Amino acid sequence: MSSKVIHALYDDDDVLLKAVKEVKAAHHHIEEIYTPFPVHGLDKAMGLEPTRLGITAFMYGLTGLGFAVWFLNFIMIQDWPQNIGGKPSFSFAENMPAFVPVMFEMTVFFAAHLMVITFYMRSKIWPFREAENPDPRTTDDHFLMEVAVEGDEDKIASLLKGTGAVEINVKEKH
Amino acid sequence: MGHYEAPIREAIITGDKSYHDITVDVAAPIEGKANKKWWIAFIISLVAFLWGVGAIAYTIGTGIGVWGLNNRINWAWDITNFVWWVGIGHAGTLISAVLLLFRQKWRMGINRSAEAMTIFAVVQAGLFPLIHMGRIWDGFYVLPIPNQLGSLWVNFNSPLLWDVFAISTYLSVSLVFWWTGLLPDFAMIRDRATKPFQKKIYSLVSFGWSGKAKDWQRFEEVSLVLAGLATPLVLSVHTIVSFDFATSVIPGWHSTVYPPYFVAGAVFSGFAMVQTLLLIMRKVSNLEYYITRVHIENMNKVILVTGGIVTVAYLSELFVGWYTGSSYEDFVYLSVGAATGPYWWAFWSLIICNSVIPQLFWFKKIRTNYIWTFIISIFINIGMWFERFDIIVINLSRGHLPSSWTMFSPTFVDIGIFIGTLGFFFVLFLLYARTFPVIAQAEVKSILKSTGDNYKRAREGGDPVEKTIAEVVEQKVEAQTVTPAEEIIADTDDKAAQTSNLLDTLGAFDPNTQQADDLKKVKGIGPVMEKTLNQIGIYTFAQVSKMTKKEYDLLDSITGSFPGRAERDDWAGQANKLKS
Repeated sequence: MSSKVIHALYDDDDVLLKAVKEVKAAHHHIEEIYTPFPVHGLDKAMGLEPTRLGITAFMYGLTGLGFAVWFLNFIMIQDWPQNIGGKPSFSFAENMPAFVPVMFEMTVFFAAHLMVITFYMRSKIWPFREAENPDPRTTDDHFLMEVAVEGDEDKIASLLKGTGAVEINVKEKH
Repeated sequence: MGHYEAPIREAIITGDKSYHDITVDVAAPIEGKANKKWWIAFIISLVAFLWGVGAIAYTIGTGIGVWGLNNRINWAWDITNFVWWVGIGHAGTLISAVLLLFRQKWRMGINRSAEAMTIFAVVQAGLFPLIHMGRIWDGFYVLPIPNQLGSLWVNFNSPLLWDVFAISTYLSVSLVFWWTGLLPDFAMIRDRATKPFQKKIYSLVSFGWSGKAKDWQRFEEVSLVLAGLATPLVLSVHTIVSFDFATSVIPGWHSTVYPPYFVAGAVFSGFAMVQTLLLIMRKVSNLEYYITRVHIENMNKVILVTGGIVTVAYLSELFVGWYTGSSYEDFVYLSVGAATGPYWWAFWSLIICNSVIPQLFWFKKIRTNYIWTFIISIFINIGMWFERFDIIVINLSRGHLPSSWTMFSPTFVDIGIFIGTLGFFFVLFLLYARTFPVIAQAEVKSILKSTGDNYKRAREGGDPVEKTIAEVVEQKVEAQTVTPAEEIIADTDDKAAQTSNLLDTLGAFDPNTQQADDLKKVKGIGPVMEKTLNQIGIYTFAQVSKMTKKEYDLLDSITGSFPGRAERDDWAGQANKLKS
């Protein structure tokens, strides 16, 4: 297997989408696509699995809620129960209505922050990380499709040209 | 094509923009130099901020006694300012979260700045409870951590503590939401940056964002879920702020209508502040094509609705106060007693600024007029400050013990801290306007084809510009084959001859007298092409602008890279614009 990749640059999102379908139909492997903005339907066209981040957010939210219940119960009921303004502190259930705001805030806090941290970890984005887009124009107005070269290089190149690419570069894969 | 939008919807990106134009327009305020007006505004804000710092230092050094508080009125400007700033901090999340859930495209031109405003406003708000503690070094007592008092915990039955949790969750989640949305836009600035320092900074803050398909998929999911989380969050924050008052037994505060009424008031004041800021910003930063009349009108409609809710709440408070027949209810902030009493001016400021003047927005002429909108938004900002002042000071000024009835007069320290927060807010916002991409350009690009005026015109007029994708592809392929790449096999002598030929028409570049331009600004010229052009001897826009069909062909045969590109992208036309 060759270690070469072809970078096909497009300057229109609709042309790119059509090209993705054609390249897939010709059974070439799309390594990666870099786009300046979210192109709707691109993940489906490329055959990417749906993301599970929404599910993790739900689980993180439950964690936050669970933590809040434990924490409020420990502080207000177990460790040092106090009579404050006559609000009952004999059991968690009795005192619970006063805890709803904090329980809610902690649920949101956990869900939001842990989901975003998960996103950063999974996509490998964090401070001091080097960008990987091969061409700086892909954050401006160009869409770059990276196709693995397997077999005839010229054939793939001409296929890509036929899909409306505005520029085609063959690169050694690093 | 999937970009159809009903023709009745007005275009919200005007000026016939392309993707590249959006990049250039958003990057312009960052890459350009600050003008004189910016410096004047910045210095005034900085002075105000420093005055505030002095006033805060004096308060902390001497004690809360330096404020105008007295026995009866033990909360005044501090909490007024706190609630006012928190309220302003509501529009950002409302725009970016609630309008995202409702798929309102017009949010995209304004959400970035509205969120920035939110964060900066919440920072100001957060200052007041901290200062109000008096002994700020004991501030950690509000945190649920064991401290030197033994394991005496904070009181989770208290709305004041709920507020600590609500505000800090709101601030941190808004910040993360904002920053995540900023990553692709910082990446865009990073990839355009030419100065090494700039490049370093924007690489750092963009977290190495590369725009991979999977990342975008996750990005969109995260935005959606964060919007879903932030929507109840933003409603909870001002609800909890209102609990600070509503759970007390002071007449005028003890009111079950407070939570919804506070939330509506917060949105009302937040949108007014967005109008105030953006109407200036769209002029100063040349964003008229992205923040249009449609945006202004839509925001004015939100102001009209939330202003209406607030007015209904005022009327119900007035009615209920009167209907109880209780003499104590006759001096609450919305009562005949307040309207005719010593605080009549504060009462009427509230009514006129919040309930009367915004009604002008029923006239389409007024709500689509920039100047009128700006003036009315200032009135609303003032009116909403008075609302909080009235709730706090008027209600406290009279109580069950007539001998203690009194008035509040602020000291120079009260005023100084308020002015200081205004200064701090504008310092932050002005710095933001010069260093951050103030329009969510990635998102705006994603709606360009459905709502850009050039695309809309093409669709509606059945203009031939609007083509099917197949036709677009065909056109692109044709353009490539003008000179097939295989035919360009020229020997080196030939190339050298062509190069000198080319430079004859374009003019040579003299590095001693001329300055090289950043040719990458031209759409279609990347770093590689720039290097090639430089090798040939082309360094300036002036040279590029002289190119015609003949020169393009020559260039193609010299470089041998993708033919026909330069002509299609009209490098000369672009360079001509950039030259000036």
